[in-house]
Amino acid sequence: MQKRAPSDPFSKAAETTARASYGRLVALLASRTRDIAGAEDALSEAFTAALRVWPKTGVPDNPEAWLIVAARRSLGHDARRRRVREAAAGAVEIIYEEYAERMPVPFPDERLKLLFVCAHPAIEPNIRTPLMLQTVLGLDAVRIAAAYVTPPAAMSQRLVRAKSKIRDAGLRFETPDQETLPARLTDVLNAIYGAYGVGWDDVNQSDGDLAAEAIFLGRLVVSLLPGAAEAKGLLALMLYCEARRSARRTIDGGFIPLSEQDPRLWSRDMIMEAEQLLIQAAHTATFGRFQCEAAIQSVHVQRPLTGRSNWQAIVQLYDLLAERAPSLGVLVGRAAAYGHSGDPASGLAQLDAAADERIANYQPFWATRAHLLDLLGRSADAAVARSKAISLAADSAVRDYLARGGSG
Amino acid sequence: MQYMLILNETPAEFARRDNPAEAEAYWGAWNVYIGALAQAGVIVNGDGLHPPHTATTVRVRNGKRQIEDGPFADTKEQLGGYFIVEAPDLDAAIEWAAKAPSALCASVEVRPVLPPMNRPAD
Repeated sequence: MQKRAPSDPFSKAAETTARASYGRLVALLASRTRDIAGAEDALSEAFTAALRVWPKTGVPDNPEAWLIVAARRSLGHDARRRRVREAAAGAVEIIYEEYAERMPVPFPDERLKLLFVCAHPAIEPNIRTPLMLQTVLGLDAVRIAAAYVTPPAAMSQRLVRAKSKIRDAGLRFETPDQETLPARLTDVLNAIYGAYGVGWDDVNQSDGDLAAEAIFLGRLVVSLLPGAAEAKGLLALMLYCEARRSARRTIDGGFIPLSEQDPRLWSRDMIMEAEQLLIQAAHTATFGRFQCEAAIQSVHVQRPLTGRSNWQAIVQLYDLLAERAPSLGVLVGRAAAYGHSGDPASGLAQLDAAADERIANYQPFWATRAHLLDLLGRSADAAVARSKAISLAADSAVRDYLARGGSG
Repeated sequence: MQYMLILNETPAEFARRDNPAEAEAYWGAWNVYIGALAQAGVIVNGDGLHPPHTATTVRVRNGKRQIEDGPFADTKEQLGGYFIVEAPDLDAAIEWAAKAPSALCASVEVRPVLPPMNRPAD
């Protein structure tokens, strides 16, 4: 086959369609067969065929339809006669166009079903996020593995295993009914937030922009389930955090805590969008963990308007979170908020009450403890906690910041 | 699709079968469950099993037969019975699994059944 330069308009058209439509096409192909791996293979063959055919025929009016037809044919051949697939591929090119003309437009969007299958309770929790990144966004296993600091072969194997479980065990490819939707949606949102967390920790964005991919998924769920307040809460939370991305490091890579960031570096557009989402979510008047965490961020970003952080409001929101969704991160955050609001003794008591076996490896616990002990004038105890925090900090900028006496 | 509901029970549950004070409640709960499966028309096949102490495990190693008393693994939960049910997907099979009395105190494993092997390939 003749090699083409990347600037080739046909390669470009194929690439643009691939980027914009990958998840839609996989979801549509897999929604009936439950065979995600088969859908991905068929789609990849369809893209190869496009690069071969489009230069001769021109880019079709509806490239997505063309690709779906090509992929469905490939799936059909796959099921009927695996061995002659290669031989048959050349003969069917001409028919693609005729079929494409008759495809219904627009296609049903099955991506929500795909997201729910990826975050299904029968799927191991820590592969749910990678599975979404691969099937909905088309990220390859190597890149996902890099983001999760896992050997690519191991990540690839786990993804393959999850996909065969979906196919062989016959997981339901449906949007859950109203009764189970809230619990299942929480799994989907947690998986998306998981991707955002990985992207957020990766300050240098060495793996491409995983945070942006997570925000894309968040927007997708909001658009597909407009009534889901928590989906809006999650998107708002991610946007508040993302808005501050460029303010969280000095030019030479030093860590800047939220309270010392220059608000002029925050993205006004993202904050405005987040505020809008949070207001819309609040109309449902139901508690949600992501809405509550987003509300805390909303208080933080009001600092430039009022000139001070409203720690009383933050403490109240943390109290609510601690009562309804008491994760270790929330309990540590609440203790820190009590410290900032002028009540470090309560903060320390809460911190001690939250301590379990997980704190041995949880850096924010020790940084917060050091800060609270400092506020209480117990500097010797504070130094012990601080050195423990420094030993646990994976990011060298955070380590330096803590070593200078910062509170994390 | 067909799913096997592998109904595991604890020693305490197995013991209830022979305890006159509890046997009625034990079997009653299973009867209610089986009734619900039957009424829904999803049962393909199914049986209860005698308790684990009646099990014999057979292995063939290097052509020699090894026969041992008891189930393969000495765990806290043992196979007490099974059903093969017809269900459209795993989610529906899980719904049935969750209704089994043994789901409350032990576990139910759900596995898709392989299609028959002797059917000629398409």
